[in-house]
Formats: sequence, C-alpha cells, structure tokens
Amino acid sequence: MKKIKHFLLFFATLLIWLALSLSIFGARESALAQKADPSSISDDQVNAIAKNLYCPVCENVPLDVCGTQACEQWRQVIRQKLAEGWNEAQIRQYFVDQYGDRVLATPPARGINWLAYVVPPLVILAGVWILVQAFRSWKRPLTASPSLPEPENLSPEVLKRIEEELKKR
Amino acid sequence: MITELGYGTLAISFLLAIYGIIAATWGVLKRRPDWVDSARNAMLLTFPLLTVSALSMIYLLVYGHYEVEYVASVTSNSMPLYLRITALWGGQAGSLLFWSWLMSAFASAVTLRNWERDREFLPWVIVVCLITLAFFLGLTLFVENPFDRLWLLPGGIAIKSFFAPQGALPYFQSDGKGLNPLLRHPGMIIHPPMLYLGFVSFVIPFAFAIAALVTNRTDDRWIRITRRWSLVAWLFLSLGLILGGRWAYDVLGWGGYWGWDPVEIAAFMPWLTGTAFLHSVMIQEKRGMLKHWNMILIILTYNLVIFGTFLTRSGVLSSVHAFAQSAIGPLFFTYIGASFVISLSLLLRRWQTLKSDLHMTSLLSREALFLLNNLLFMGILVVCFWGVIFPLISEIVTGQKVTVGPPFYERATAPLFAGLLLLMGIAPLAAWRHSTVQTLGKAVWKPTVVSLLIPLLALASGVRNWAALLGFWLAAFVACVTLYEYGRAVLARSRSRNESLLRAFWNLAGRNRRRYGGYIIHLGVVLMAIGIIGIELFQTETQGTLAQGEQLSLGPYTMRFDSLAVFDTADGRNVARAVVSVYKNGQFVGELYPRRDFYYESQQPMTIPGLRSTMEDDFYVLLVDWQPISSAGATFKVYHNPLVNWLWLGGLVFILGTLVAAWPDSETNPATVRARRRLPFAAKAS
Amino acid sequence: MSVQSIPEKQSQQTNPTKGLRLGPLLAWVVVIALLVILAIGLLRTQQGPVNVGQKIPDFTLTTFDGQTIKTADLRGKVIVINFWASWCKPCEQEAADLEAAWRFYQARGDVTFLGIDYVDTEPEALAYLKKFEITYPNGPDLGTRISQAFRIRGVPETYIVDQQGVLQFVQIGPFRSLSQIKSVIDPLLQP
Repeated sequence: MKKIKHFLLFFATLLIWLALSLSIFGARESALAQKADPSSISDDQVNAIAKNLYCPVCENVPLDVCGTQACEQWRQVIRQKLAEGWNEAQIRQYFVDQYGDRVLATPPARGINWLAYVVPPLVILAGVWILVQAFRSWKRPLTASPSLPEPENLSPEVLKRIEEELKKR
Repeated sequence: MITELGYGTLAISFLLAIYGIIAATWGVLKRRPDWVDSARNAMLLTFPLLTVSALSMIYLLVYGHYEVEYVASVTSNSMPLYLRITALWGGQAGSLLFWSWLMSAFASAVTLRNWERDREFLPWVIVVCLITLAFFLGLTLFVENPFDRLWLLPGGIAIKSFFAPQGALPYFQSDGKGLNPLLRHPGMIIHPPMLYLGFVSFVIPFAFAIAALVTNRTDDRWIRITRRWSLVAWLFLSLGLILGGRWAYDVLGWGGYWGWDPVEIAAFMPWLTGTAFLHSVMIQEKRGMLKHWNMILIILTYNLVIFGTFLTRSGVLSSVHAFAQSAIGPLFFTYIGASFVISLSLLLRRWQTLKSDLHMTSLLSREALFLLNNLLFMGILVVCFWGVIFPLISEIVTGQKVTVGPPFYERATAPLFAGLLLLMGIAPLAAWRHSTVQTLGKAVWKPTVVSLLIPLLALASGVRNWAALLGFWLAAFVACVTLYEYGRAVLARSRSRNESLLRAFWNLAGRNRRRYGGYIIHLGVVLMAIGIIGIELFQTETQGTLAQGEQLSLGPYTMRFDSLAVFDTADGRNVARAVVSVYKNGQFVGELYPRRDFYYESQQPMTIPGLRSTMEDDFYVLLVDWQPISSAGATFKVYHNPLVNWLWLGGLVFILGTLVAAWPDSETNPATVRARRRLPFAAKAS
Repeated sequence: MSVQSIPEKQSQQTNPTKGLRLGPLLAWVVVIALLVILAIGLLRTQQGPVNVGQKIPDFTLTTFDGQTIKTADLRGKVIVINFWASWCKPCEQEAADLEAAWRFYQARGDVTFLGIDYVDTEPEALAYLKKFEITYPNGPDLGTRISQAFRIRGVPETYIVDQQGVLQFVQIGPFRSLSQIKSVIDPLLQP
C-alpha cells in the first residue's frame, strides 16, 4: 500500500513538472501598435520584440543589447514595421523569412527541431524509469530473502586482512 | 634568452610527462616499484619546470617582447602591469600554458601525499595525470606555442616560428595589439584561473577513480582519498562560475549575469555532475551503495571538463567567449574520443565488481532523496547538453543554423531547479535508511507552516506572480529547515557539553565540517535563489533618448541626464562618459557614470554600466548612444533589478560554506567508514 | 594469495545481470553518436568556405528589383559572386572597383556579377547600391541560405566561378584594386 503511495507521490511531482513546463512554453502574443510614423514608436516597444531575436552577425547576443551597426539597422526595421501596424508575430515571421530560423531565440518546433523539445523530457523520463526500477530491485531482496549474501561483499574480516597484507608490502 | 628558457623547460616537461607515463606503466606491469618511483619523481619535477616556463612567459609579457607573436597579440605598451600579467591567460596559446602549469601543480601536489596505504593506485594516478598533462603540453608545444617568434622572410612576409627560418630576420614590433577589451576587467584576473583550477583539480579524483577501476579496488577507498580534492575542485569551479557571473553583470552590459551561452554552459556542466557526485558519494560512504553511479559521475565530470575545453577552443561553436579558430580541434577531438572510449570500456569491464552492497529500505530515506536530487541534476545536465549540441545536429541534418537561446534553458530547467530546492529542504529532515511518511511528515510540517509566512507576506505586499511566490516559499522552506537543523544541533551540544551557544556553533562546524559546511552552502543557495527570482521575474527595463536635464523614470527610480564628456585616455581608449543623477522616490541618492569605451587598437566598443546597488534593488544604467556634436542628447537603457544583490551575497556564503566543508581536519581521521557498514557476514568471500 | 585476485574470481562466478545487456550497448551508441556529431561539426568548421576546384552549390537569387536568377542557368559564363552588407566598412573599399570591373566586362556578355546582400536591411542596402552606383544584379540572402551553403565567415567575400560552375578563386576580404579583379577574371575567359 505504502509503495503505491510513494509512486503516486513520484508521478505527481513529475506531472507538476510537466505541467509547469508546458504552461510556460505556451507563448503569449501581444497585440501592439497602431498605425503611426516611426518616431512615435518608443525604444521600449522595439526592445520588447528585439529581446527575443538574435542577429547572426553577433551570435548569442540578443538583438536588444547588441551594439553592432547591423543590429542597429534591425532595430530600425522593427520600428518601421511597428509603425506600419505589424504585430510581433508578423515581425518575427518577417525576420525568419529574411534571415532564417536562427534569428529566433528557440528553434521553431517543426521538422527535426521537434527533437530539441522532445529529447530532454524523454531522457529525464528514462532516468525516472531507471530510478524506479532500481528502487524496486533494491527493495525486493530485503523482503524476499533478507540474508542473501552478495558475492563481492567482503566481510570486515577479509577487508582487514587485505589492509594488513597491503601494509606489509 | 628568456624565450629559449621558457620553451626549453616546456619541452623538458613534456618529455618528462611522456617518460613518466611509460615508466609508471612499465613499473606496474613488470612489478618494479623503482620505476614507479621514478615516474613519480618525473611528475613532481614538471611543476618547477613549468613554473619557470610560465614565469618566462610572464617576463616576456611584462617587458613587452613583441618579437614573440603571443606577446604582440595580447599586450600593448599602454596596458598596465596587472593586465600584462593576466594576459598570460588572455589568449589561446598562453592559456594552454597556464592550464598545463596548474595541472602540473596539482599533479605534483598529489605525489606528495602519503602513498603507503594506497601504493597500488600510485602508478595509475600518475598515468592519468600525466596523460592529461602531456596532452595539454603537446598542444602548447606543437600547435599553439606561446613562445613562437615573428620572422621576416626576404619577400617581406612575416611568419610565426620558434626557430629562425632560413634567411629570415627577426621581426621586432614596437607595439602589440593589446588584450581583448572584454578581458580588461579585475574580474577577469581571477575568473579564468578559478575555472581552470576547478577543471584541473577534478582530474585528480578522476585519476583515482580510474586507478580504482584498473586495480579493481572498487570499494570506497578512492572516494575517501579524493573527498577533499573533489571539494576543492568544486570550490574553484563554483567560485569561477560566480565570478564569471559578476564579470558579465559588470562588463558585458546586458543587465544580466548569465546568458546561457554555450561556453558558460560548458563550464556549468562539470559543475552539475560534480555537485551530484558530492551528494551521491555520501551515500556510498554511509551505505556502501551506488558504486557504479559514483564512477559514472566522476568519469562524466572529467569528460565534460575536456569536452567543455574542446567546445571553447576548437571553433565548433560560436560564442562570445570562444577563442579564435584554431588547429587544435582535431587533436582535441582525438583525445576526447580516446577518453570517452577508454573510460567507458573500463567502467563496463568492472561493472560486476562495482555492485552495491546494500539495499534501499525506504523511498523516503535520505539516500533515496539524494538519488532524486541526482536525477534532477542529471535532468539539468541533459537539458544543457542537448541545448549545446542540438544546433550542431540541426545544422548537419538541415544545413540551416538554429539558435538555442536562454528561453529554452530557462523554461526547461526552472522546474528542475525548483525541485532541487524542495529536496534541499526535505532531505536533511529524512533519516538514513528508514524514514516513513509519518516520521518525515512530522519533521516537515513545522518548517512548512513557518515558511508559508514569507509567500503570504509577499502576497500581502502585492506580489501576484505565482512562480515568484512558489520560489519564495521554497527558499523560505529550505532556510527554515537548515536553520532549524543547525539550531537544534547547536542547542543540543551547548546543553550536553555546557558550552556557550557561540562556542557550540563553532565546535559543531569543526566536528562535522562536511555536514555543517554543506548546510552553510545550502543557505548560500537560498540567498542566491532569492536574488535570481528577483532579477529573473521582476527585472524591468526602459530606454529613452534624453536631452540634457531631461529625466527618465523606472520603478521607484528617476534619472536625470546631467552631462556627457568624450575624451581619449592614455591607454588607448576613447571614452564617452555620461553623468546622471539618480533619485529614488524623489530623493537624490547619488550620481552614476555609465560610459562607452572604444578601444582603438582592437576597434571594439565596451559598454560599462553605471550601477547603484542596494540589498533591495540595483539601478543599472547603460549609455547606448549619444549625439557626437555636443552633449545635447544621449540614449540610455536602464534596468531595475530587484534583489539581485542577494545573489552575490549568497555566492559569498556559498563559497564560505565550501571552505568550511573543505578545510583540512586538524587530526587525521582514519577510515571509520567501513566499520559502519552493517553487512550480513559473507562466508563465501574467503 | 594475491589481493587483486579476490574480486576477479568472484566476478566470474556471478552471472551478468539483466541491466548489463542493454545498458552497454546503449552507452556505446550514445558515445559513438556524440563523437560522430562532433566529428562532422568539426569537419565543417575546419573546412572553411567552399574550396577552389569544387562545383559551387547552385542557388537562386531574387534581386531587389524582383528578377530571379538561377546560377544553374548561367553555365558558360564566368560568375563573380560577391557577398556584402551595408553595415560592412571594408565592403565599401571594393564597391567602386567591383562596379568598374562589371562595366568593363558587361559588353562581352560572358561574365556575370551577382551581389548577395548578407544579413542586411533593405532600405540601407538600397541606399548603399545607390551610393556606389552599382548596376549589376543584387539581392538579399533570404534566410541566409546562400551564405550558409558557401560557409562564408564574414563579408566581404568574393567567389569567382568558371563556365562549368567550378569555383576558381576565392577572395576573403575586399579586393585591393580593379586590376586585381581583372587579373583573376581574365585567365578564365576564352580568347
């Protein structure tokens, strides 16, 4: 009975973890911007979008903090598009079309890129499974045959003798 | 002259390392202890030799011998003395020399310990240490030689070589290119050495583990010998990571401390396995279980160290930290391959003899919870590893690059980190071997209730972010449990021995350093968690272009742009420095000087933030842009980073705790661990 | 009795457990897969750009004015493929020379120039083309596909391809002069 309880506990934690991951993964779209000229778009509006884009010229540095001229031009493009009334999703798509998937902070979940999201949870689940199996096999012998000697368990006496032998050498 | 000295000692150390490997193997195969002793002396000698070599390099750097190519590439006349010294690890070739030097220091240190009881390990420890050392020395000597000089061929072409090519004249430059501006920061003086120290000191436990596998002495002896080594390695690695974070916060100018950059992750991965290892060895020591697992962990740690170095230096990944493209990639790859394959086959060969002694009796016992902790650490490792390696896979399959950026890691690891915090709270309350829902529940409910006060307070003060509330509760819970455990032990000791509370506290930490040092580390983690929650979940930012006298507000802060000056400095920078006044809730709190340094030599800009730091929050101002004509207008980016200082405070506590845990014992405590094993008598064994 | 022999003897007595059959296989597969991935990744970085003597990867360029140009259709002509960007200072050094070379060869009809605009924004790119009065076909590198196929390391880089589509010359960094460009192209042309 207790065992079941433990497993429930185990899987409950797991489920919570999965639920947490999924809920955070769900992206939210913000509907920004009305029609206006570029100067009416604030730096913060531009940065909010730039934060999640990566310029191939400076790898691994988000667009909003990158100082190169190329990135400066990109931010101008975002400002222009915002002024034209595009929303964040459209602008991101524009950059993907222009420069490829690498501009996105995370790989888009299609094609082989599914693997990026599927493999870690699977490996972790496999780890859980191995752990559960290990727990089971560790528990069993004690209930089934408590005095079963493991062959390579050296008794204290033998170990002591080994130590002595070693000291003599 | 000095160049020859440095190169000569380097070459001799390499030959000694090769000799040592052969002598140790020969000695053990032919049962000739004198050969092993000779190998040991060879290993001991590499340290003084490489010290001479490293000092020669420092001499060349300090005195500006620009005929040496490495010196010309990382120093310049305008650099101050301390930067010239730290330039030793500012480039590929020099840092390989530095790495080798540290490695030889640890290898020599390990020969000096008392080997009487563990003689059978000695040759194999020598072999592993010296193979690692010889590999790095070989790279330094043959591929990336820091002592290479520049020569001018008759045709006017400059080439790099140690020995003078025929007909070539030495090429003396009057100035060098100078150190990468990113590395010109006090944090950079200690950050890489600490990481390297952490890396090389993990080689020692690995060497013992391999020795134990080869000699088939797979009991917990190797673990007991290397316990302190692992802790020291872990200390340096943690320190390196924390300093790296601080350096990023102060210099990289993106308002954060950790960017999930592949190279950062490369240093983080051995730390993860190392941390898991430190926890799971306790199970082997107390319960004689998990021998396989500990072997796997230490082997993983070593291989991740090499793998991380490979990623950083081979040019496989592009990253802000990566060294330039270099020829060492294929050699490194060969070494990694050999290392993976040899360690795995050794492990599989000894799999049977590594079987556990004992059985798990309860799923809520401390050992079971430690295993869960290991699972979570491995989970984080898997996410990190996959994130680093996936762009490679994707590029191979589709031919298109993808970015695996911070959101990937943050979303995937946040729940795992939360799980670790939870376990950190529960595990100290669970007993070894036996623990039931009842006993554990009894121990847990009090701290749970007390710690719930914190999220409730946060809720009352207007925090509505459920992730933050959960995080605060977990932090409070761990803090409660840890302090309660500590307090209970101190009280008990002070009562039973009639000691003052302070004295009892001191003696307690001294008596069981690892346990109580560990608790201090846990408290450090709690503080760091608070800081991380603060900056990750509550960071706000804004950006604006201000004319002189205009203001920009963010949260409780308001900044006013006072003035801007652009000037050249003696050390070859063009500095644009703004003066801004900062007001908090309308109250003047001080001036900040965010600036942009432009390095003429390397044509690189650096954005140095102006920072007002308190325990409550940081106000972080970046100078993004300015009008070149006058000081009329400038663009500022400002961040409000709540609680981030707790991260650094926690880092200090964390390091302090590790020091307590790793501090050498005054009286040596011979193996009492084995006596604690309660084995059924195994008659067969004789 | 020798110390080391005790566990040896016992390990022979124990039968391999269930976990051991699948485990090692899996471990080897993972290790070898990882090494293969690293090896391929390393090869790619070591390789550098497309090598002289190789056939170039064919691509389709959509120019700024909407024309579609396929390199596969350009067999029989010498193609000069220039990667550039408006934010790239060194590109400006060679821009005038490239255009002059184009005007020199344009009349012959057997040399084509293609400008590929790497990671750039259209207004700035068009301003750049106007500033240097560039008249040969130019287009954006959509999705950075062309630059990835050529594995370029930066801009400017120029690839000169012969009539059979085989790469004959690579210039990393800007050309120094008009005569340098001519000295590369002339030997490729039939007399």
